[in-house]
Amino acid sequence: MTETTVHKTALHDQHLKAGGRMVEFAGWEMPVQYQGLRQEHLAVRSCAGLFDLSHMGEIWVSGPQCFSYVQGLVTNDLDRLAPYRAMYTCICNEAGHVLDDLLVYRFPEEIMLVVNASNREKVAAWMERLLPESGVELEDRSLTTSLVCIQGPRAQELLAPHVDVDLGEVGYYGFTRGTVAGCEAIVSRTGYTGEDGFELYLDWADGATVWQTLLDSSDELVPVGLGARDTLRLESGYALYGHELSEQVTPYDAGLGWVVKTGGDDFVGRDALTRQKEQGLTHTVIGLQTEGRAIPREGFEVFHEGTRVGRITSGTFSPSLERGIGLAIVERHVRAAGTPLEVEIRGRRCPACVVRPPFVRGSVRRG
Amino acid sequence: MIPEELRYTKEHEWVRKDGDLLVIGVTHFAQDQLGDIVYVELPDVGASLEADGTFGVVESVKTVSDLFVPITGEVVERNERLLEDSDDFKPELINGDPYGDGWMIKIRPAQAADYDGLLTAAAYAEVVEGEE
Repeated sequence: MTETTVHKTALHDQHLKAGGRMVEFAGWEMPVQYQGLRQEHLAVRSCAGLFDLSHMGEIWVSGPQCFSYVQGLVTNDLDRLAPYRAMYTCICNEAGHVLDDLLVYRFPEEIMLVVNASNREKVAAWMERLLPESGVELEDRSLTTSLVCIQGPRAQELLAPHVDVDLGEVGYYGFTRGTVAGCEAIVSRTGYTGEDGFELYLDWADGATVWQTLLDSSDELVPVGLGARDTLRLESGYALYGHELSEQVTPYDAGLGWVVKTGGDDFVGRDALTRQKEQGLTHTVIGLQTEGRAIPREGFEVFHEGTRVGRITSGTFSPSLERGIGLAIVERHVRAAGTPLEVEIRGRRCPACVVRPPFVRGSVRRG
Repeated sequence: MIPEELRYTKEHEWVRKDGDLLVIGVTHFAQDQLGDIVYVELPDVGASLEADGTFGVVESVKTVSDLFVPITGEVVERNERLLEDSDDFKPELINGDPYGDGWMIKIRPAQAADYDGLLTAAAYAEVVEGEE
């Protein structure tokens, strides 16, 4: 059974007031831009931007067996995940094909999974099917959670006055409970832009309060839509489900071998992925940039010395670099940085070269 | 943002008479939908264009759009400033001045009377309203 309603977030009216151009995305009405994609993108790189990500899914797992249950679903090793830390991973099916990429947040007694809006129902159904007889409870809180995200080199400075926790103590991929603008929140130092920043998980009704308080507090903080979210993540080399990731590929094919830990506890797809590794990986995802202004777009074919080696999975005109950039799934033998390639753009082979992402190095803290 | 004296197509192009030539570009609505334009492809001078075919592309950060031929004719001039190898490459002219400096091509129409079959400003206004 699929939902047919188009959801609105708690911030919908505010988006309209701020001049948001609304589009339907994954069953939600979301702002694709406000003042303009390029300005919003550059504002995040130079100062800070505010994102409404309330369409994303939050699935909570509790009960005495919750940790081993979640470990059985995800490719990464949860033994390495301490409480109050998050971890990026894939969930795969038996064939090792990717059902979703997600963050796992470990609390002392429970786990929150943050999944793509487009895969929420699929992942929830998958998890229900794999529930053991007892010891684990699931709760999908997606429709009662607002998610407001601040990203940019000045994110901490602009958020700090409104929170009751010391943001300097929250490390990269760490999180804490606290209040923002007087509202209960989970504050995590995570994001999808390549800049420093925080994601604020709030009760549904508090989303509007937090959003407005932050925007009102500084002229230099701007609302940012899904259009700029995509150019920011692409400049950072981050995968997007439906492009680099899908049920047609394994994490290895997408260059995400680092989230696959076949040596630890069992998980769905481990045997298939182990076999794939043993047989030898054939593909990976690379970054590439074109010369001049030719812009690589999803689906365009990629060539090496005249032979087709792959295709573009995501492409755009980089607002920061002012050139065409893209991610492509290609045969592994051409993956070295600097390898000259060609992208076929409307019948013409345009020169490009392999770049190791990120294309733009932002303020995100590493480690 | 729909000048009365021009004619239009459903694909958001405008057409203006210039002697026995026609000047063609994209409308304010089109450039607003596209966003900042970063790249343009136009046909060579001398190219023959068939109505309803495409004559090039206009590309913004987020998308690439075909440009559709409103009237059969031959390209006699094109706006070189929109093209990458120009010394004065300014594709953003399409955003800033879509009906003026953002013009794209001039054609000699095969049949002058075809101009009368294009949408008037009022008719085009209805097209835009339907898409908003």
